[in-house]
Amino acid sequence: MYSIIKTRLLKKIVTRSLKPEQAAALESIGLELKKEIRRKFGRSLHLREVDTGSCGACESEIMAVNNPIYDLQRFGINFVASPRHADALMVTGPLSKNMEIALKKTYDAMPEPKFVITVGDCALDGGLFKGSYYIDKKINEIVPVALHISGCPPSPSRIMQALLDFMRKELA
Amino acid sequence: MPGTDLITIINNKQPNFKAIAVTIPYADEIVIQVKAEDFRKVCLVLHESLSSPVMAFFAVDDRQKQAKFTIYCYFLNIPQGQWVAVSLDIPSVDPYFDSLAKDIYSAHLFEREIWEMFGLEPRGNPDLRRLRLHDEVWPTGNYPLRKDFREIIAGEKKDYKFARVEGEGIFEVPVGPVHAGIIGPGHFRFSVAGEPIIHLESRLGFTHRGVEKLFEGKSLAAGLLLAECVSGDSVIAHSLAYSLAAEKIAGITIGKKTAYCRAIVLELERMYNHVNDIGGIALDVGFSFPAALAAIIKESILQANEKLTGSRYLKGMNKLGGISLEMNPEQQEELTAALSKIKEDFTALVEILDNSVSFVDRVDGTGTLKMEIAEDLGVLGLAGRAAGVKIDLRKHFPSLYHEAKHKIITGRAGDVLARLKVRIEEFNESGRLIAEFLNKISSAETEDSKINPVSGKALGYSEGWRGPVLYWLKTNPAGIIERCKITDPSFHNWPGLSYAVIGEIIPDFPLCNKSFDLSYAGNDL
Repeated sequence: MYSIIKTRLLKKIVTRSLKPEQAAALESIGLELKKEIRRKFGRSLHLREVDTGSCGACESEIMAVNNPIYDLQRFGINFVASPRHADALMVTGPLSKNMEIALKKTYDAMPEPKFVITVGDCALDGGLFKGSYYIDKKINEIVPVALHISGCPPSPSRIMQALLDFMRKELA
Repeated sequence: MPGTDLITIINNKQPNFKAIAVTIPYADEIVIQVKAEDFRKVCLVLHESLSSPVMAFFAVDDRQKQAKFTIYCYFLNIPQGQWVAVSLDIPSVDPYFDSLAKDIYSAHLFEREIWEMFGLEPRGNPDLRRLRLHDEVWPTGNYPLRKDFREIIAGEKKDYKFARVEGEGIFEVPVGPVHAGIIGPGHFRFSVAGEPIIHLESRLGFTHRGVEKLFEGKSLAAGLLLAECVSGDSVIAHSLAYSLAAEKIAGITIGKKTAYCRAIVLELERMYNHVNDIGGIALDVGFSFPAALAAIIKESILQANEKLTGSRYLKGMNKLGGISLEMNPEQQEELTAALSKIKEDFTALVEILDNSVSFVDRVDGTGTLKMEIAEDLGVLGLAGRAAGVKIDLRKHFPSLYHEAKHKIITGRAGDVLARLKVRIEEFNESGRLIAEFLNKISSAETEDSKINPVSGKALGYSEGWRGPVLYWLKTNPAGIIERCKITDPSFHNWPGLSYAVIGEIIPDFPLCNKSFDLSYAGNDL
């Protein structure tokens, strides 16, 4: 117990203000975003992640945006356990034939209004796995995609920046 | 005659056995070609006398040139530091071979894989359900790894049949493929009697991307990029196993400095994954404070990776015959400084976990995989070592790890606590190894070579953080890949998870699962 208290006191707040030049802009975008989210979705934006064949690196970075360093939650964006609770679907990986039905069903289970975000180069068109006998369709042939975040994998700051930019432009 | 001692061992049990040919293509590989009637017997003798599970078992379609398929079954000879392969030619008409599955469980999944991908029947295997080509979307009679496969032809789609447990009060609980967390897809079918799980069947393959086929027709250099994307948390483990295979074929050796650099990044990869899982285990019992600390440590390692190599996941810097990492004194200093900070944080993390009685109580005795079962199933790597299976490729083959006095870390109990402890000790050992390598690297020379196109076949391997990663490559004279067989440790270890959860309750499944932390992508390929 003492060591927990000690660690906590010594560490103080670890949450990163990103790069100093970005920080001010990002924090203000974050605040603006909070307002937009409040108007559009009521209080906060809830995301549900689905892996349709990813190698796992994109998942690792999406988990990282939730760690104490990046802490996406401070802007009102949460990851949820069920599509029923989600406003947006975050999809990673090329679309394996085995996941076509599961992706569609997950999307159908979400309440309106809803949109889809693809994360990582594979999720755009199959990436390195394009042309495989088991990659038939693109994700946007199964569900409508509103935002793509490129990268292999995109870094946590890139994911955050892309989300914030998108919310500001498209959903304002 | 090469391999006399092995043949003597086989002849002691099977006096009439005579190999068609025995070759030693590389110092660490021996291939025994056998007749169809001897295949099963020879594999059984090697399995028992070497105490080795089937490490890799796969087919190659050689019909274009030789009107046959070839299958290879690889065992590990630990005392000799050598891979032992049994190879068998199979005629292209009515192709089949004698199944090993009833005697060697670790051959079971490999046989199902050979059957679904090549249509070679493992005669005698009681379970020929497909693993990755799901029956609902892929019609029967289409074998994608055959060379003449172009597109799906007629055939029927079916439903998958789960093994059923029947009886009064038995419930089936289906979970997945889409899970509650930010994690890969897989379907788990639990059969429970009251609360305890009495059977778990994992149906995987949801992230199947046809990776092995994608390697075919690529140059060795282009294949390296793909190897990095097979399992995103094992970039270096896969990349090193692949490059070793390619370098063996091309007959080149790497400079000592490259070897040091590769070992350092391999250990960095181990460290960030181990701390990630330690945090995951804490999180899955609802202990969020250490989980947050673990996430911070993981992030600092990823940032150190980025500073050192330009990539958080160490992508894009390993090359065939070399590495594009300078490791100048400045970089060495930075890495040492980062690691000493990381070590400090890690010690605090371990202290928090150790001092929490309720935490230790939750993980002690949970999800136990006994050593006998682990050995029978062929569970390898970290999960195997936590149960007492003493296999670590870093130790069994001549490498830098010997001079750094690497020690294999094992546990005994095989429960979540044992897997946690192995992770903690391995994390510390990796930190020590990196420091050791950094001490010696300045005096090491760089003598890298370029790869020239050449035909051949070879097995490459590395001990990733989960366990052994194996790549078997075959190239044509132009240096183009004709076949690439990947074996990720997850493929060996998923059956282990199904046993570990027996008797536990479903809410503890995420905890058991996290303590193995197997790759969906590496298993599904």
